[in-house]
Amino acid sequence: MEYLLEVKNLTKRFGGLVAVDNVSMGVKEGEVVGLLGDNGAGKSTLIKMISGVYRPDGGQIFFMGKEVIIDSPIKALSIAIETLYQDLALAENLNVYSNIFLGREKLKKVLKFINVLDNDYMLKESKGVLDRLEIEIPSLRNRVRMLSGGQRQAVAISRSIYWNARLLILDEPTAALGVAEQKKVLDLVRLLRSQGIGIIIISHQLYDVFSVADRLVILRRGEKVGERNIKETNPDEIVSLIVGAEKVSEKICPADRD
Amino acid sequence: MKNIVTQRNGIHRFFLQLGNKWAIIFLILGAILFSIISPGFLSFNGIQVILINSPFILLLGLAETFVIITGGIDLSVGFVMGFASVVSAKLIAILVELGMNDLLSITIGIVITLVIGIIPGFVNGVLVARLKVPSFIATFSMIGITHGVSELLIKGVVAKNLPVLAGEIGNGSLIYIVPGRTVSFFIKPLIQRGAYLIEILPTVFLIPFIFILISAFILKRTKFGQHTYAIGGNVDAAIRAGINVKTHIIKIYMLSSFLATVAGIMYVLRYITGKADAGTGFLMDGIAAVVIGGASLYGGVGSVWKTTIGCFIILVLENGLRMLGFPTFYKYILVGIVLIFAVLVDKLFPELIHKEE
Amino acid sequence: MNNNKNSTLSKNQSPSNLLRILLAKNWALLFTLIIILIFSFTGKRFFQLANFQNILHLSTIYLLLTASETFVIITGGIDLSVGFVMGLSSVLSAKIIELLHAANLPPVLSISIGSIVALIVCIIPGLINGVLITKYKVPPFIATLGMMGITNGVALIISEGFPVAYLPGVLPSIGNSYLIYILPGKAISFFDKPKGIAGEEIKELIRIIPNSLIFISIIIFILWHILKKTKFGQHTYAIGGSMDASVRAGINTSKHLVIIYVLSSFLAGLAGVFYVFQTGIGIYTSFSAMYELLAIAGVVIGGASLMGGKGGIIGSVIGVFLLGVIENGLHLSGVDPFFRYIAVGLILIVAVIIDQSFPDLL
Repeated sequence: MEYLLEVKNLTKRFGGLVAVDNVSMGVKEGEVVGLLGDNGAGKSTLIKMISGVYRPDGGQIFFMGKEVIIDSPIKALSIAIETLYQDLALAENLNVYSNIFLGREKLKKVLKFINVLDNDYMLKESKGVLDRLEIEIPSLRNRVRMLSGGQRQAVAISRSIYWNARLLILDEPTAALGVAEQKKVLDLVRLLRSQGIGIIIISHQLYDVFSVADRLVILRRGEKVGERNIKETNPDEIVSLIVGAEKVSEKICPADRD
Repeated sequence: MKNIVTQRNGIHRFFLQLGNKWAIIFLILGAILFSIISPGFLSFNGIQVILINSPFILLLGLAETFVIITGGIDLSVGFVMGFASVVSAKLIAILVELGMNDLLSITIGIVITLVIGIIPGFVNGVLVARLKVPSFIATFSMIGITHGVSELLIKGVVAKNLPVLAGEIGNGSLIYIVPGRTVSFFIKPLIQRGAYLIEILPTVFLIPFIFILISAFILKRTKFGQHTYAIGGNVDAAIRAGINVKTHIIKIYMLSSFLATVAGIMYVLRYITGKADAGTGFLMDGIAAVVIGGASLYGGVGSVWKTTIGCFIILVLENGLRMLGFPTFYKYILVGIVLIFAVLVDKLFPELIHKEE
Repeated sequence: MNNNKNSTLSKNQSPSNLLRILLAKNWALLFTLIIILIFSFTGKRFFQLANFQNILHLSTIYLLLTASETFVIITGGIDLSVGFVMGLSSVLSAKIIELLHAANLPPVLSISIGSIVALIVCIIPGLINGVLITKYKVPPFIATLGMMGITNGVALIISEGFPVAYLPGVLPSIGNSYLIYILPGKAISFFDKPKGIAGEEIKELIRIIPNSLIFISIIIFILWHILKKTKFGQHTYAIGGSMDASVRAGINTSKHLVIIYVLSSFLAGLAGVFYVFQTGIGIYTSFSAMYELLAIAGVVIGGASLMGGKGGIIGSVIGVFLLGVIENGLHLSGVDPFFRYIAVGLILIVAVIIDQSFPDLL
């Protein structure tokens, strides 16, 4: 099956520091790829290149089979790559549906010439997408400030989905959540996968990643040091890859390259 | 058991609702209190007096509402108001001197002033949005500049020599009734000496009232308003959602300046003079009204209706004290206390979070 | 990588860049010197000892208010009430002196009592500000704005809206006299004009060092010492730099901030008392005086940031002088005095833009 997103030999330097060194990886439709690595391994830099925050110094990005140049976050959004950072970028003083439609508000005309917000439409549509993703939020008129961390995550995700994200990049989606909420978010990730969306998930919580990901890509000091199918590996091996004992573990179970 | 809980929640909720609406309750209680102590307070004339005194604080309060919701502050509104009063008074006087008819000179003078009055706001906006000057500093600088320019325009005295018509507009009313005889709009009927004339709704209140409606509509119902809240709530979210934050902020400061300019023109129509310091006393009242209305200086919260309530709390205090024979000095103290109280309410009762929009 | 590091290092330390940073850091001082030079040519009687002493003398009040605002702004706060606390102090001290004077108390006693009571009372607004800000988390802008209204109202009530004017005549002569008087070739005296001076001779009298300069120098030195040399000053910067870090480092930030606002209020009170000594009357502050904003302008021109953690007494003093020299110089150059408002606005914008362009300046 063809990759939805494929990056080839992506490189990013900051002055003398090579933050991402010749990394290649891919995500298929309906696949969850876990991106793992220690702090400073280059995970954030890699996804910032994919989401248009940084421009790569070398390498290519292919999206849906075609080479693309992603030179701004707006460009990434326009080709349906959505990135959710830890801070979620929600306006907490606005209600749920206003956040889902923020910047792309639906308008209607009154008196034939004055544009006003079509709140009913936005409410209905938001309900639709939340239902589709099986997200329960008491009232979409509630301000986001009133929601729990997991609910906010869900709102941010449903915003991406409503605007037809094909590839979703989640940066530490469970970091600030309680146990029950973590489970809900991971369930949501599984649901999105079943709906054919490609997902890259960055997380420090190895067990979360193991529970949802199909494939893992491990970075260390900017280089890709391993790629494993989830069924053919175990947390111990991944940890040793992350911390740099991979030479030992590679001998024990050789990397599968596809 | 469950019943008791819900019942307690019911009472609790009731008090929360009450707490949420403390400003309007305070306003009503204040009005009742004053009308008990001073019977004339809530009379027809008493209310008219409040309305006649309301335009400047209402307009500056509105201007400040937009800016404060985005998380900024506009200190220049008072002097922009003075600047506009000087410019319009000067323009009208010059046009009349050139031999133009009174109504035309007033109209043209006002229109040109409205255009010129946007300039300080534009400069403020560019300084804040593009050059990243803190709004406090940028708009304070604009105080200096507008103050200086207005004083230079009038060389330190007040601008006068305005046509009588200006004062007639500014001190007129919407409806005039001579009981049993005539009803007229805007134009004062000629009456015999001693005849009883009822004047309803002063023009100086009508104009800010219209702007209140328009501003409320913009903030609540339009994309522009939605983006204003979003910027105040989370600038990063607004930027990532594709909102052109810089342009939006420039527009906000222009709008603020525009409303201050309207206030300046109202001043000229009401007092038939233009003064560089026409708006100095109203700046603090305007900011106080917005905060009493429940806006947060950190941005993202506030509304036109709440600001209006805040304005009327100040107006009621002011007029009530005056009718009781206190000098206005006491008003400053009370406004200061209410202002601090307004913020304390939210801090002391954190449950009073405004749940819905 | 090493190479790269070296090159950035040398870039930062290249002479031209160092010069730029030096210029940006001291622009206010340089600018002051330049306009002094310009005004020396354009202004009649500008470049004279008497005039410079006059500028210093008239800057005293602003120096006090600006110094108080400096402490507050370094902590990341703002105190909008200083101008009106000053008015309160001026009216209150004058009223007490007036009453005691009318009761035939000796001037020394009535003046001392009035001044001391006013200074003590002026601690109260600061105390309330501090408690509101630290205990009840009221934003400084709001707390001090409210206090501005309250102190203004109280000052107006005390003075009934009029200047308090029936004060002992000795007051202004204390406030406006000089340390040394020299009548060239004839006489020299201290603190007062030489006795028996003829009407014609008064024009030749040279006055050196106004009393106000001695007074303000002592105050400024003490404040500078506190801010730069003591633990208290260090903590003031720490709180402005990072509140969290200060709390974790064990600084009692609430107590510290209360002291800062009390100090601010006290200095404003001092300015009010000084005002009485300078003018011989006590008067409430009018809204259009905008003392608090001018004080903030002085602090910002002096290199402070409203975000906190940055600024200093010396910088603020230069900021006040810059504004003082502009006012005086424009006046003596025959420029319309209203241009000075515009000048203040423009310089303030320049100050912030320079500050933004060199984010690593301290």
